[in-house]
Amino acid sequence: MKERMDIQTPAEQLQGPAIRVQDLEKSYKKLAVLCGVHFDVARGSILALLGSNGAGKTTVVNILSTLLKADAGTASVNGFDVTKQAAGVRESISLTGQFAAVDEILSGRENLVLVARLRHLKDPGAIADGLLARFSLTDAAARKVSTYSGGMRRRLDIAMSLIGNPPVIFLDEPTAGLDPQARIEVWHAVKELAGQGTTVLLTTQYLDEAEQLADRIAILHGGRIIVNGTLTELKRQLPPAKVEYVEKQPTLEDVFLALVRDDGKHGDLGHDSVGSAQ
Amino acid sequence: MTNHFFGDTAVLLGRSLRHISRSLDTIITTTFMPIAFLLLFVYVFGGAIRSGAHSYVDYLLPGVLLITIASGISYTAFRLFLDMKSGIFERFQSMPIARSSVLWAHVLTSLVANLISVGVVVVVAVLIGFRSGAGVLAWLAVAGILILFTLALTWIAVIPGLTAKSADGVSAFSYPLIFLPFISSAFVPTDTMPGPVRAFAEYQPTTSIVNAIRDLFTQKPVGTDIWIALAWCVGILIVAYIFAMVVYRRRISS
Repeated sequence: MKERMDIQTPAEQLQGPAIRVQDLEKSYKKLAVLCGVHFDVARGSILALLGSNGAGKTTVVNILSTLLKADAGTASVNGFDVTKQAAGVRESISLTGQFAAVDEILSGRENLVLVARLRHLKDPGAIADGLLARFSLTDAAARKVSTYSGGMRRRLDIAMSLIGNPPVIFLDEPTAGLDPQARIEVWHAVKELAGQGTTVLLTTQYLDEAEQLADRIAILHGGRIIVNGTLTELKRQLPPAKVEYVEKQPTLEDVFLALVRDDGKHGDLGHDSVGSAQ
Repeated sequence: MTNHFFGDTAVLLGRSLRHISRSLDTIITTTFMPIAFLLLFVYVFGGAIRSGAHSYVDYLLPGVLLITIASGISYTAFRLFLDMKSGIFERFQSMPIARSSVLWAHVLTSLVANLISVGVVVVVAVLIGFRSGAGVLAWLAVAGILILFTLALTWIAVIPGLTAKSADGVSAFSYPLIFLPFISSAFVPTDTMPGPVRAFAEYQPTTSIVNAIRDLFTQKPVGTDIWIALAWCVGILIVAYIFAMVVYRRRISS
């Protein structure tokens, strides 16, 4: 139960996929949001759950993170059933919700120490310092989070999620409302995560985000997963018009980034990241 | 997970106490109104009020302390509301911690913040002439009643804190509580009031609480008032706690 930061302990429930969702149903009053959602996420992979606003992405995440109960169907995370073994699930996961869930009045470091204490880890201070360095927040460590930029907040938020090395991480629209630079910072953080073998379920409404990060992409529409596959598999299904749209957006972004950034390294995030300026 | 309850509550309590120490303006805002009432009633209206007490500030203070607490708990609701709104509440709930410790930390913080505010108001009262010959036991009894009253109102405050939709709505519940002492024995003796108002004043909770505290301060025998006061506090506490827990359960497992 007590995981140490320095030991990689994907809390040993190693059989099967990291996340398994079967025939999940959920309605709010009479509005059916999920009507038989079905998908698996393999260990150590990133699945992007795509869908428009109100498609039910957050509902799926909330059910998987034990915040919400499904009306029907089963779901398990790291081998633990979300309703019957909720405590086991909570030991295995970390949730980063739609709004950066950080404490504005505390400093960045205090936020990290707080989470490390709540996860009952030894030496919270050292864990906090390590993560601050890893997410280029050391300079801002002692500052109140209310003075952070959007990108810094998100990075702190994700850093808080990593404490205790949970084997499964949920990122619910991690870049919603962020400017393109901050978005790239977050992508960088997520990629690093996956590189360490963490399973990530990411929800997003940005196609390019899914493209950048995900091993597999599932589209939630009308309460069901209508497609689930790798990017190449999915691209075959997209009509040409959509492809044109996808191509255009990065171009504008490139222009924007070229204009606002001085280092000129498009899309390739250096260690001295942008958010800490100003 | 309950084996972590005390540890988790302590960590979260430390967090919200840090909030209080970094936003001392909330203490100032909380105490501003009661102190204004204190000055207003002592120096403006007091001359015209025949309370029968030696000094009007002695008569007035118990009621003003209740007003202090009633205005203080609106911040309790507000702090809880901010946690709900910001998503940090969900973060805590998705972590392997004792779940109810999130709520208990807010409740204990409310207690600490209100005791500080009450302390500030008492100091101001002493500066403008409040004196009491009450002994240690009487002071402890006063503190006990005020703590119970704070806890009772705090659990009431938890309900809007968990359910409010907007920051404006979240503190509205405290206005009637702030004004309840006005229709009680807090400022004037109830026997000057017309029939129905007097009946209301004599049977509502703040009158017995005010009378009990006043008797303790002036070293009079407390009589039945203290038992009625305690019954009110404990009764409100239990009912509010049960309602708050129902709301809380619904909120975390919908």
